[in-house]
Amino acid sequence: MKTVLKGNSAVAHGVRLARAQVIAAYPITPQTSIIEDLAAFVAQGQLNATFVKVESEHSALAACIGAASAGARVFTATSAQGLALMHELIHWAAGARLPLVLADVNRAMAPGWSIWTDQNDTLSQRDTGWMQVYCSSSQEVLDSVVQAYRVSERVLLPTMIVLDAFFLSHTHEVVDIPEQELVDRFLPPLELPLKLDLQRPGAFGNLVFPDRYMEFRYKMELAHREAVEVWRETDREWGRLTGRSYGLVEAYRMEDADTVLLTAGTAASTARVAVDQLRQEGLAAGVVRLRVFRPFPAAELGHLLAGRRRVVVVDRNCSYGHHGIFHQEVKSALYSLPERRRPQVLGVIAGLGGRDITVAELAQILLKAHRGELEPVTWWNVLQPQEELATAVASQ
Amino acid sequence: MSVELAPYDPKNLHLPEEDLLRSGHLACPGCGAALGMRLALKALGPKTIVVIPACCWAVINGPYPFHALGVPVLQVAFETAAVSAAGIRAALAVQGRDDVAVLAWAGDGGTFDIGFQALSGAVERNDDIIYVCYDNEAYMNTGIQRSSATPFGAWTTTTPEPNVKPEPKKNIVEILAEHRIPYAATASIAFPEDFVRKLQKARSIKGTKFIHLWISCPAGHKSEERLTVHIARLAVETGVFPLYEVEFGTHYTLNYEPSFLDVQEYLQLQGRFRHLNEEDVNFVRQSIAWEWQRLRAKIAMGAGLPAPPAPPRRLTPATF
Repeated sequence: MKTVLKGNSAVAHGVRLARAQVIAAYPITPQTSIIEDLAAFVAQGQLNATFVKVESEHSALAACIGAASAGARVFTATSAQGLALMHELIHWAAGARLPLVLADVNRAMAPGWSIWTDQNDTLSQRDTGWMQVYCSSSQEVLDSVVQAYRVSERVLLPTMIVLDAFFLSHTHEVVDIPEQELVDRFLPPLELPLKLDLQRPGAFGNLVFPDRYMEFRYKMELAHREAVEVWRETDREWGRLTGRSYGLVEAYRMEDADTVLLTAGTAASTARVAVDQLRQEGLAAGVVRLRVFRPFPAAELGHLLAGRRRVVVVDRNCSYGHHGIFHQEVKSALYSLPERRRPQVLGVIAGLGGRDITVAELAQILLKAHRGELEPVTWWNVLQPQEELATAVASQ
Repeated sequence: MSVELAPYDPKNLHLPEEDLLRSGHLACPGCGAALGMRLALKALGPKTIVVIPACCWAVINGPYPFHALGVPVLQVAFETAAVSAAGIRAALAVQGRDDVAVLAWAGDGGTFDIGFQALSGAVERNDDIIYVCYDNEAYMNTGIQRSSATPFGAWTTTTPEPNVKPEPKKNIVEILAEHRIPYAATASIAFPEDFVRKLQKARSIKGTKFIHLWISCPAGHKSEERLTVHIARLAVETGVFPLYEVEFGTHYTLNYEPSFLDVQEYLQLQGRFRHLNEEDVNFVRQSIAWEWQRLRAKIAMGAGLPAPPAPPRRLTPATF
């Protein structure tokens, strides 16, 4: 059924269709309407779930961990400070190999307070063992939630579904809501191989000495490696059922592109328009959108980017003291290519704290890269400290 | 041993036969927490899921791949015992299982301090769990640091002499009673039938149940291992730790009228109190007397109150 949904509602519909059994969540802007929609689904009997209205995000994830350990399909959602508060349990959920799904609406970290988008909240959770999927449309958000449960339950790793604050969370788009019967065929009820079970009374999470801890983490790494192929299969299967698939990375006008803009989230949609414009002016530009960030799609990126002249990575995030996080990751992935096939990889940090990234700006970035005028790392359209202070004082 | 307590007649000890605490656990000699768990599982039986946050029991249960209990155990993050148990209950609810007790088993640090927010949240939501705080009155697992359950005057490694703890112990049961928790009680490893009865009562009540279990810790209290039960008994007999229960936050029942032996009999068996002078001990005596006045006033107040009104059926918070 086609309807118009904002990104947050698309998350809630995905969770409803996946028949989540336990939801535990705490409100935070701009995530809140996800859990409001879910509370309404539960209240109206459209979703047979227990909703634990906890007193913090930390407790939200703790309740999810408890429920998942007892074999339930669970869901939570958060943003920024909430995700940071969960951090201890983000590690815990992955280490416990629980197939949770969490939606994070990307929001910039305080201080100063910002409710607007950037990716530092989720990228700070990069090394926890979670899978991460960065979405760029409401449809993709819904589809990815359903896909995530299937992949997570196969490889026993949790998944974070990531969507930009406001640009996606609160933007209304046409979404085709699949039939429940179709989703049920795609996603059978959860049967965990191990759970809290009175018939087999095991202990979960006991002390592990150095002779075994590393083996547990190695199994987590192996699960991530397996997950790359499981994401491919799952996405293909979803495509077969619905006509919609996304890949781990999405390529746009890449056939003959020599200058490539690589980014994640809604900026990728903007980049497609910029590339269309530049193509009319005769510039061979293309877009690669990083969708599944963990497990890292190194094979896909190598295949798409080898032999191109240059790749500009636009990061809505920064690892302070180094540079954009996707920039680092892409550079390191391409470094193992033979030198003559290795593109130049440039980084642009843009759009932090919800600042708009426009078509004109992305076109300008690509044009500068094409002319060889782009620095290796650029903070795009940012005031210098003296200018910033002077204009702030002047406005008082 | 300073004081002779009336000998206990084992013929009077009526406890369930089945033991779900197995041999090979890692508790220290004389550990009150091991005895507490043994009694708790005698009371609750095999249809129990135990949730253990960071605390001594996170170690006592044994390292991977060992497991000292005959029931499933989920080890959870330090501050999450109550809400993790609530999550398990939520899963059991959607699975249609209402015959399983979910027992959160946490130390005083995980209850009075770092886990208090999640506990308060669970009690407010009236999540259907049994929460036992086994209280050895300090962070014993990390090597004896003060908690808000550490009593006045106690030495710990973070309250070394002469800066021993100047503050009194937090009263956790009263705080939870003010949440209008359906059932809260104190208990002691030296009064096993009372503890077992309270757990069985807790199991029969829907909603959040809290039991504050006082235990000895020879390593942390600097006491003799053989005196674990004796000191726990003295905590009750001197009035330091009254045995009572509270229903719906208002109706107090005193379970045992102690003989009010002088508190010195209790203090002198524990190295953590060895530096206390006569003035300090007098303050402890006065505090015990004052706390008992307060407790008896609460008992009287509750006795004069009717049961709280029942909410409309439609909105009965029957756990979720």
